[in-house]
Amino acid sequence: MKNALENRIEALQDRIIAQRNMERADEIPGWGMDADPENDPTYPMKHSNGADHQRLNYEKAPQQPLDMEILHSIERPGVTRVFGTSTPPSGLSGAIRRYAYKYSEATATHWMSLILADRVNAVEGKLDDLRRGVLPNPWVERGWRAEWKHNRSGFIQNVATTALLLTAGIMLMKRKNRRKQLLSKR
Amino acid sequence: MLAMNFRGPFQIRADRNRPEPEIKHPNDAIVRVTRSLICGSDLHLYHGLVPDTRVGMTFGHEFTGVVEEVGSGVQKLKVGDHVLVPFNIACGSCPHCKQELYGNCHESNPEATAVGGFFGYAHTGGGYDGGQAEYVRVPYADVSPTKIPEGMDLENAVLLTDVVPTGYQAAEQAGIQKGDTVVVFGAGPVGLLAARFAWFFGAGRVIVIDHLEYRLEFARKFSLAEAYNFKEMNDPVLFLKKATDWFGADVCIDAVGCDATGSALQNITGKGLLLQAGNATALHWAINSLKKGGILSIIGVYGPPWNLVSVGSLMNKGITVRANQASVKRLLPKMIDHIMSGRINPKEIITHRLPLEEVPDAYRMFSKKLDNMIKPLLIPPRANASFA
Repeated sequence: MKNALENRIEALQDRIIAQRNMERADEIPGWGMDADPENDPTYPMKHSNGADHQRLNYEKAPQQPLDMEILHSIERPGVTRVFGTSTPPSGLSGAIRRYAYKYSEATATHWMSLILADRVNAVEGKLDDLRRGVLPNPWVERGWRAEWKHNRSGFIQNVATTALLLTAGIMLMKRKNRRKQLLSKR
Repeated sequence: MLAMNFRGPFQIRADRNRPEPEIKHPNDAIVRVTRSLICGSDLHLYHGLVPDTRVGMTFGHEFTGVVEEVGSGVQKLKVGDHVLVPFNIACGSCPHCKQELYGNCHESNPEATAVGGFFGYAHTGGGYDGGQAEYVRVPYADVSPTKIPEGMDLENAVLLTDVVPTGYQAAEQAGIQKGDTVVVFGAGPVGLLAARFAWFFGAGRVIVIDHLEYRLEFARKFSLAEAYNFKEMNDPVLFLKKATDWFGADVCIDAVGCDATGSALQNITGKGLLLQAGNATALHWAINSLKKGGILSIIGVYGPPWNLVSVGSLMNKGITVRANQASVKRLLPKMIDHIMSGRINPKEIITHRLPLEEVPDAYRMFSKKLDNMIKPLLIPPRANASFA
């Protein structure tokens, strides 16, 4: 039932309907009488020349060959004539991305799934580094070197706070475990 | 080749083992990068705020370079041309490009219809590797890339790829009338230029709001604006109302975007819990600081899907919202004229020049505003091999 309108989409094509309405404009009382080409809040960013209304047949560049997996928004019929080829989807994050692209850009499912995929991808990246024998180097890659050079006291303060919180967390866990062990012995 | 390599939020690598780009389409060119900038909007990627930012991607949408190779369909660019490459990837023939909305091209980004194609800006921006690298693939090479005018300083040229036209468009789309009071939120590179360009449209008063004193001082000198620290106010909106005869500003420009600060609620919901697209405090303040019937210009970048701002005030106050990514190609002739005639010297905003090898340091410094950084420039090792 929900698809009833989508199933009729061929009959609802925008430019065809607009053309039909304009051909019978004399049957629509007042059609166009207050139209003012100067009433254009997009000026001067957009140089309106009617191209919007001729959009069915614009000149397109040749299609870039699709030699890798490219996900595309379901709000367009296919990929664009050119596209980026950086980092095609892969692994678990890729599966999440494929799921995300089943939903339109108007849905939280689309964007939240992509954010989740990004976080999973960050873990995959670290595992991939280790697999290739690349050890993480936060000193350089997280810019701690620059922080040490330009904000030493702040950096030391952050490290000390993190260390303190970690130690407190570990001690709390240990105490909980010890209490559990004591209770289980009783 | 050497290129920036994103490894996850707050972690990037200067990677010497990245594959060199190849021609993928007849209208492509390969460009050897000579100068590259880090944009404030790159920090949204770095902070993990833009969905579909994949590990392994190279960022960078502000760069100049020498054409090394062209595809079979490229007519205008020649090998050896030294070009500035606008951040918009534009086909030049879709209805949007035909009407000079080059930032909204319909044929350059398969992943998101809400966003044009941009270099190095996640897959939400089309999945293109960017210019914080030694080489870049440049699609639709005959459309936007422009030969650097003779006599133009290379640092001014690279600023023309985004930040200068973006700052200009922020002021242009604000519909500033002579005598208007213009409030610019954010004294980052775009805010500084938007404030500077507000005078070009005849503003009567230009006010910049930020919380970093060194940037406010810079705004006073570079943008010739009044500059105020919102940390010295109880309520920035109330301050601006009082400072504008209790009416509000004629025009507000949001040059901050989704990485704002100043509201705990926005910070927790936007940056902590990701329940909205970052922290929209500046946008919220801008809406509320406007007079009735005022104009809001949004040039700060927000990611999808939504933000918490007072839409009711937009409607009740009759505010006109004008917003877009800058259309660089449209604005280039005017921007080149402003620079070549000496009316503006944008390279003054470049505060740091670093080798590409130090790109992780540059991101950290920019993100944490260390060493009074305003705009960092990256220089790849092969940048100076030869210029045309």
